[in-house]
Amino acid sequence: MSKNKQSRDVSVPDDGADVPARFTDPGHPEYRPRQSDLDPAADKRAERQVVALFGLSVLGTVGFLVAYFAVPPGNTVASMRLSNLLLGLGLFLAMFSIGAAAVHWSKSLMNVHERSEDRHPLRSSDQTRAAAVEMLREGATDSALGRRAVLKGAMVSALVLAPLTVAVPLIGNVGADWNVSKLKHTMWRKGTKLTIDPSGRPIKAADVTVGSLFHVIPDGLDKTAHPLDEKAKAIVLLVRLDPRDLTEAADRKGWSYQGIVAYSKVCTHVGCPVALYEQQTHHLLCPCHQSTFDVADGAKVVFGPAKRPLPQLPIEVDADGYLIAQSDFHEPVGPTFWERLK
Amino acid sequence: MNALAARRHHRFAPIVLLLLALIGTGSVYAALAPSRATAAAPSANDVGAGQNLFRANCATCHGMSGQGTKSGPSLIGVGAAAVDFQVSTGRMPLAASGPQAPAKPPQFDAQQTAQLAAYVASLGPGPAVPTGAQVDASKGDVANGMALFRTNCAMCHNAVGAGGALSGGKYAPSLWSSSSRTIYEAMLTGPQSMPVFNNANLTPVEKRDVIAYIEAQRAGSPGGADLGSLGPVSEGLWTWVVGMGLLIGCAVWIGAKSS
Amino acid sequence: MTTAASRGAAATADYLDQRTGVGVAVKGLARKIFPDHWSFLLGEIALYSFIVLLISGVFLTMFFVPSMAETTYHGPWAALNGVPMSQAFASTLRLSFEVRGGLLMRQVHHWAALLFMAAIITHMMRVFFTGAFRKPRELNWLVGFTMMLLGLVAGLTGYSLPDDVLSGNGMRITDGVASSIPIIGSYLSYFIFGGEFPGSELVPRLFTLHVLLIPGLILALIGAHLFLVFLQKHTQYPGSGRTDKNVVGYPMFPIYVAKAGGFFFIVFGVIALLAATMTVNPVWNYGPFDPAVVSAGAQPDWYMLFLEGSLRLMPGWEIVIAGFSIPLNVLIPAMVVPGVLFTALALYPFIEALATGDEREHHVLNRPRNVPTRTATGVSILTAFIILIVAGSNDLLATRFHLSINDITWTLRVLLFLGPWFAFWITKRMCLGLQRKDRELVLHGHETGRVVRFAHGEYIEVHRPLDDHERWLRVNYDAHVPLAIAPEHDSRGVRRKGYRRDVLRQRLSRAFYEDRVEPVTPAQLAAAHAHGEHDALASAEPTTAPSLERAPAGGGGDLTTREGHPSNDARNQ
Repeated sequence: MSKNKQSRDVSVPDDGADVPARFTDPGHPEYRPRQSDLDPAADKRAERQVVALFGLSVLGTVGFLVAYFAVPPGNTVASMRLSNLLLGLGLFLAMFSIGAAAVHWSKSLMNVHERSEDRHPLRSSDQTRAAAVEMLREGATDSALGRRAVLKGAMVSALVLAPLTVAVPLIGNVGADWNVSKLKHTMWRKGTKLTIDPSGRPIKAADVTVGSLFHVIPDGLDKTAHPLDEKAKAIVLLVRLDPRDLTEAADRKGWSYQGIVAYSKVCTHVGCPVALYEQQTHHLLCPCHQSTFDVADGAKVVFGPAKRPLPQLPIEVDADGYLIAQSDFHEPVGPTFWERLK
Repeated sequence: MNALAARRHHRFAPIVLLLLALIGTGSVYAALAPSRATAAAPSANDVGAGQNLFRANCATCHGMSGQGTKSGPSLIGVGAAAVDFQVSTGRMPLAASGPQAPAKPPQFDAQQTAQLAAYVASLGPGPAVPTGAQVDASKGDVANGMALFRTNCAMCHNAVGAGGALSGGKYAPSLWSSSSRTIYEAMLTGPQSMPVFNNANLTPVEKRDVIAYIEAQRAGSPGGADLGSLGPVSEGLWTWVVGMGLLIGCAVWIGAKSS
Repeated sequence: MTTAASRGAAATADYLDQRTGVGVAVKGLARKIFPDHWSFLLGEIALYSFIVLLISGVFLTMFFVPSMAETTYHGPWAALNGVPMSQAFASTLRLSFEVRGGLLMRQVHHWAALLFMAAIITHMMRVFFTGAFRKPRELNWLVGFTMMLLGLVAGLTGYSLPDDVLSGNGMRITDGVASSIPIIGSYLSYFIFGGEFPGSELVPRLFTLHVLLIPGLILALIGAHLFLVFLQKHTQYPGSGRTDKNVVGYPMFPIYVAKAGGFFFIVFGVIALLAATMTVNPVWNYGPFDPAVVSAGAQPDWYMLFLEGSLRLMPGWEIVIAGFSIPLNVLIPAMVVPGVLFTALALYPFIEALATGDEREHHVLNRPRNVPTRTATGVSILTAFIILIVAGSNDLLATRFHLSINDITWTLRVLLFLGPWFAFWITKRMCLGLQRKDRELVLHGHETGRVVRFAHGEYIEVHRPLDDHERWLRVNYDAHVPLAIAPEHDSRGVRRKGYRRDVLRQRLSRAFYEDRVEPVTPAQLAAAHAHGEHDALASAEPTTAPSLERAPAGGGGDLTTREGHPSNDARNQ
């Protein structure tokens, strides 16, 4: 049973004094007259203030129009800023003053005696309800729907299926070719040169000194049909570490070149470019959610919400000393999706 | 009770006393505080003078011949550019250990900095201090500079160089008040956490374009106050503080009973 | 009004009435009473911001080109001159730098959007903490909740239209979140972007959503929201003369036409002031979207920060089942956490109704202190959101306050769970404490600060009793009691169906209402007065102010327990 706990801070005497069980509503407080109700000078002053505020709005509008015609944005930051400021202040005065005038008028000049209105219960009366039910019943009888189950079923089936004529083409066409297997490959191939983003200059291994970071795109990116789509998967980071600091998995020993390693720049969390390189700790930091990867140890995650290390791009050097890819990445780049490992 | 004794009991007396004590202490300190480090003994050439400065101020951490110790890396091959950057921004000598060496008022003047740079440059070949033409922003292409800045710099220093966070208490500082020379040197030498942008990665012309972009940002924003250029978080803060603050204030005025 | 104008007005009214019967509507609405309180204007801030969004939005659509086709910008902004970019971005630059008032309109639009969401949240909090969602307004709560969600989507689609780096990275994250959904994720990603990210379909699709579908839905819901407010009449704060059967306030015409109409201009003016003086969303600094570029301080607009923070706090956790990958490190923060918080908010009126078992209509609002569990729950949910928002800003906090971002993340991971629990506990205690203070005030009156010493040496402080209106405000509430349920077995010993469900309901009810403070009754007040030192006072010298005789020292002194009153804690038996 419930454990009703009554307050017992004041002990009520038992002499059965006849006081009511609860307090009663004392009713509306009295109207407290305003200055403008009592003093005609205050009333006049308030009226003048309202007029002045409307006048201020007109000034604002005029100022706005003058600024519009006489202060164009121009070609410098300073002129653009001035135009924005003057137009904006004009707009502010024009609008705000109307509002202030209206509010001041309502507060100081209008009749502000509080009034009361009754609420009626929202529920319809029993007669209305009964009449409504009766009408629905009549209508149902008139519809001849009765106990015709097949009729009902046919109607429902038709209505449920008809929207497919809109939904299917709308959804079906919106996903282009629906070929989600494209997510698993990038444009990197054997022999694709690593080039600098955005200029496209190829990179010589000798240029990559210890402590430097190159933002890399594949050679020929700008000649593809959809450069930005390809770039979103193909961006790579290139760093050189002292080979003594580099820990490599046995099956990846041939993927680096004299301490130069290349990793995908697309974060394995939700896909932002992992662009921050802390040279001294050889950590890569993604600015979106702070996933941190250790370049010296297979780009594995050392902090943050990412789970998987960044995919590594196997690289080597061609006859002229330029860095080239050995193949595409050995796994899909970017965020995890359902069929990623299939 | 005479006049002075009466004033001793005035309710502002403690505050006046405190102010006098503070001003007094400050004056005594200013008068007696040691001035900036001076060269131990004047030498005939810069390298020699630099070596003396180095031994007095840097050798504890960097070794007597700049070869490095447990506390500080080797400076052989870092070049005059690195020294000019670190010393003229006050990062070196390091005042306290921490995740990062912050910029602070430089301890050495321009001549002493040049002497230190000459000495360190003599230890091994390294990047030189850039010439005036190399860092002249008016010769740079702002549009190319922005393209390069976005790809190489914005992720640490923020889109307009307002600075940003790195891990573990480190940060990429704001570039608002950096000189064009120190910006060039920082790109070239990669101080602390910053990567090295050698001349194959960002050519000297490209570096000058980046400097032109950074300096162009100092004109401010055409939309008004830039709120620190920190992005949507500061915009949201001002929405609540200024926007909702003003509007709730107006709402309270509207709802208040008139007097 | 001149006679010509009044004749014109009469003729128009007659014309309309003959064709529409509009006289009925005018009769019903013109002098309709609305209660007056500043907190009832918060929803209007949202409404008027929305109208400003519509007005400024129309202006923007005259110049913005919703296309991702590539073009080259040539214009006054030197940093982007000659740079290839999408038409969406280029038209945004043109609008900002070459159209007169274009930058102002863009900033008006963006500040209005930020304020729109802030006002919605503030209004929702007011409705929550005063219990305006109780019967008959549960439907309106759901309508408002839906508008909040639509507002979030409107903002997200809106700020992604210029196709800049900051919002583009936000779209990249959206793509990552969509991809993370099991089974359909990659297909959902193709659905949204029309193929691989970023594709060339996104901006036009966002444009249709942002300009047509979502504003249309929001407008329809605003209509429903306001219709219900008019139909059910507005709630009112407790006070003298205000009951569940009346509404006390001012008439629509002229008072609220002036106040509410004026407030529209005030809101517009404040938005204009922000747009005139403070930069917002400077896309020319971020540059056109490029998937290789990201800037430090990569955050979405403030109202999406809770999602951002949620993503930042989650530890890396993915599972693989039968070769299929399920990234919980994305699914939990992006789907589960917001899902839980929003569902709790949406369903709260129904949960509370279940706990209270109260079927009456409620039109008088609650003072938050009188509903401690609800207030504590609201503060708790708010705390969770605020912690997530702080987490979303962790890199800026690290930079500004010279802290380690890793430490901030760890601290907030712990706080996300401890904070709401602590906030709940302390808020509930504060509410109960305030209720007890109210009881004390009613029983013993205001402390006047005047101390009287009697001849026999006793000191008392004179108290001034509350007047009728002050007292009514503090006693006019229901302290709900936990539900009583029918016994488990009926009179014939048969176990009742539905008993277990009733027990659960009773447990919920106890959690809400076990700890409570009852309002003072007249009998208790009389007893408190009887405790007083009336006799002693009557014999005191009348040298002090005459008010001494008029003001009985209710309660006989100060409010400690040593006079034999047990403390006011409801659990002291």
